[in-house]
Amino acid sequence: MVASFDSSWQPRLESLLARGLAAGADLVEVFLERTDHLGVLAEQDTITSVSPAFGMGAGLRVFRGERDGFVSTNDLSPSGLEQALDQALGMLGLQRGTAVLNGFDGLAQLRDFAASKDSWLARCPELREATDRLLEGTAQLAMHGSHLQAWRGSYARDWQEVLVAASDGTFAHDIRLHQSVGLNVLAADGEHRAGVGRRHGSSGRPDDLRQWDAEASAREVCESSGAMLYADYVEAGQLPVVLANRFGGVIFHEACGHLLETTQVERGTTPFADKVGEAIAHEAVTAIDEGLSDGAFGSLCMDDEGMEAQRTVLIENGILKRFISDRAGELRTGHARTGSGRRQSHTFAAASRMRNTYIAAGPHTPEQLIASVDRGLYCKSMGGGSVGPTGQFNFAVEEGYLIENGQLTKPVKGATLIGEAKEVMPRISMCANDLELAAGFCGSVSGSIFVTVGQPHIKVDSITVGGR
Amino acid sequence: MAATLNAESLRGRLEQLASAAGIRQWDLGAACSTDTSVQVDRGEAKQMKGAQRSSITIRVWNSDGLVGITSTSDLSDAGLERALAGAREASGFGNPDDTPAFSPLATAPLAELRQPIHEPQGILALLDTLKDAEQQLLGRHAAIGTVPYNGLAERSSERIYLNSEGACRQQRLSTASLYLYARAEEAGRKPRSAGAVRLAYGARELDVAGCINEAAERTISHLDYAPISTGHYTCVFSPEAFLDLIGAFSSLFNARAVLDGVSLSNRDSIGQPLAVPFFDLHDNGLNPGNIGASAFDGEGTPTRRLALLEGGVLRHFLHSEATARAFGVAPTGHAGLGAKVSVGPDWFEIGATPGSSGGQQGLDRFNAPEPIVWIDSLSALHAGVKASQGSFSLPFDGWLVQGGEARSIEAATVAGDIRTLLNSIVGFEGEAKITPDGLCPLVWVEGLSVTGEA
Repeated sequence: MVASFDSSWQPRLESLLARGLAAGADLVEVFLERTDHLGVLAEQDTITSVSPAFGMGAGLRVFRGERDGFVSTNDLSPSGLEQALDQALGMLGLQRGTAVLNGFDGLAQLRDFAASKDSWLARCPELREATDRLLEGTAQLAMHGSHLQAWRGSYARDWQEVLVAASDGTFAHDIRLHQSVGLNVLAADGEHRAGVGRRHGSSGRPDDLRQWDAEASAREVCESSGAMLYADYVEAGQLPVVLANRFGGVIFHEACGHLLETTQVERGTTPFADKVGEAIAHEAVTAIDEGLSDGAFGSLCMDDEGMEAQRTVLIENGILKRFISDRAGELRTGHARTGSGRRQSHTFAAASRMRNTYIAAGPHTPEQLIASVDRGLYCKSMGGGSVGPTGQFNFAVEEGYLIENGQLTKPVKGATLIGEAKEVMPRISMCANDLELAAGFCGSVSGSIFVTVGQPHIKVDSITVGGR
Repeated sequence: MAATLNAESLRGRLEQLASAAGIRQWDLGAACSTDTSVQVDRGEAKQMKGAQRSSITIRVWNSDGLVGITSTSDLSDAGLERALAGAREASGFGNPDDTPAFSPLATAPLAELRQPIHEPQGILALLDTLKDAEQQLLGRHAAIGTVPYNGLAERSSERIYLNSEGACRQQRLSTASLYLYARAEEAGRKPRSAGAVRLAYGARELDVAGCINEAAERTISHLDYAPISTGHYTCVFSPEAFLDLIGAFSSLFNARAVLDGVSLSNRDSIGQPLAVPFFDLHDNGLNPGNIGASAFDGEGTPTRRLALLEGGVLRHFLHSEATARAFGVAPTGHAGLGAKVSVGPDWFEIGATPGSSGGQQGLDRFNAPEPIVWIDSLSALHAGVKASQGSFSLPFDGWLVQGGEARSIEAATVAGDIRTLLNSIVGFEGEAKITPDGLCPLVWVEGLSVTGEA
């Protein structure tokens, strides 16, 4: 196992990059990774699974024109990396030694974002402390829940050290730490059942599990399951909808965020490809993607291509401003990189992906949004969602309430919201003043990554609510 | 570069390292693979990928009989040593109430699978094949402008199960896959998309023409669309859609989920009716149609055919060693490898119960007296299925069939309860079709709630 990615790697990487260029590549990039993962599961009052995992690997990417070849390997030996380079070159019809070196000035001085992070892993809770905290969470569920048939807590700690080197001189080092803790319950009473879960996540905060408020998290989950246990199924139809803040932001993530990634421009699967400078959303909507919020799940000091994180305004007062772009996206679509080249691990080539993505706060109160609806649906908590190749999105409502005459009335379950971004974005007509973020995972072309979604309460004037 | 693992060498190293660490009982699962894949975009290579992967998961039992586990991609001696140490530390947190043991079937004979090993074609050959496939698909209809999701891949892999009592399982495999997902758009109309997938033991064996034809036919069939009125409909599920739905609710048949209290079934459900009396469901990873079948599960237990529902009655659960011990039955070959062992299905076979009526006879969606919703594919199962509650609400692609004509549905969801659905099956149409997830005919279900935009 490699001890760490220190400066001793520089000559090896420079040699590798120079060989790639000499073979005729336009650009060569190496991504090195070490990981240390811990997963813990508590069910009822027992720890039922402790799953440590560690690994290492490299991803080598070679560009020639707009084409690229990518090879990943677990073998970080000099011969293993050379073999991977040869394979990547071969994909583009190149061979080492067949062309003259076309100028490589070596790597720039290392940008070491990891300098203050060496102690992060050691400062995380030891296994005993982590299991105790998790059992505290499940005990709180047992204390606050009613009709609980099963309840569980899960904790994941993901530590990752990366070194990125590219033949344009990029040379950057970082350490990332993500922790998340989730609580889930299944409540049952006869034929009535309700399953509810919540997850809290952070980045770069070794003490986060220690500071996690287990009681507040458990109360929230139990209140939701209690409300939903006897809920009726929602009546289907076209309805105005008010979506709560925090994880309600999944609507923007699925409905619009993915369509603003340059991977979608490359594929021709976004309706917004030629809309920069044009209105694509209601003027109430300003949307941002950034990697800077302190401790947020989607924050990063540098992306997986060695570029420093940025704050990117995607939509301002309804006008499309920017796309989320990575190295390949810039090359193939012309949209400048935004520090958004991200990947799950060394086995994926980086792609343009979201970080912390949210709709900005507006002028209203949440109560004003609800009061503006005669008959509609209030989505207090969202489940997951997805978007298809034609821009049609969907997501599930985990905790919903009817809005009748401007008031929240009875809880309803089983709702799925579907629509198309082009049609729904102009219908987000009101934004409240209570922006909050929520941690999540996003699965797409470069794997599953840590992201944050967020929004204030928002009102969508009309959307298709699937139900019974 | 072909993927290789040396089981005997791995065993020797583990025995030595475990002995030095004072570990007497252990087992491991190891895997390695070599993959190559290509994607294209309008005649040009978009991305070409290669990967060499290796991984190992080690379980150890400590002196109190508790189990710990660690996984790593580092198969060096140092990596194995660290994994053993990690597993031993984790064993201090093993669950005394649910401790896995070696499968009693970990040395039982394995079924012989006919899985020819094919040498990889190489990435440039894959690229040529995929470029040609894309070109053919683009040429099928003027409205098909791109094939935004496509890929042709081949893989050589090997997996091993070993334990300290001498069990040794090893399997080599070569597989290839092709997917083509086209996007079509006509002037003034919304874009539509559909696709197809093919699997084989080697790239040369892939049914490329069939994949192109299916992707083209399905995409073109969705060009003329209309909204559907919200209401209750008789729905005809494609084999792929029905298998997806059953897979999403497989906790009904999962002993682990039963023991954890998150299944709709319970210990007493065996022998109880769960579906209409002419409905059979088997799990059979050994079906020759299951490309890439495993001969053994994560604990070394042989894969076998298992009746889940016969005549609509629940006959068996899927088991690991631990759940089987808890139920007093034999493991069924559906385990992963873990401190808490997961259980999952392999490959489903769905059809009429032999000797039964098979439900309503002569079903033909093009000759139905009432409008029929023909569900081609379901989306967002990860979000829209509440397995522990039994409910689902899922977007789908499909057609409204009336008067013998099928017209694509613009956008809609189908919702219901899985137990109600299983008892609302009207019958089957056509021959069972082999898909990547199983074998299934068209399945008719009455009274499902469909939400549309009309």
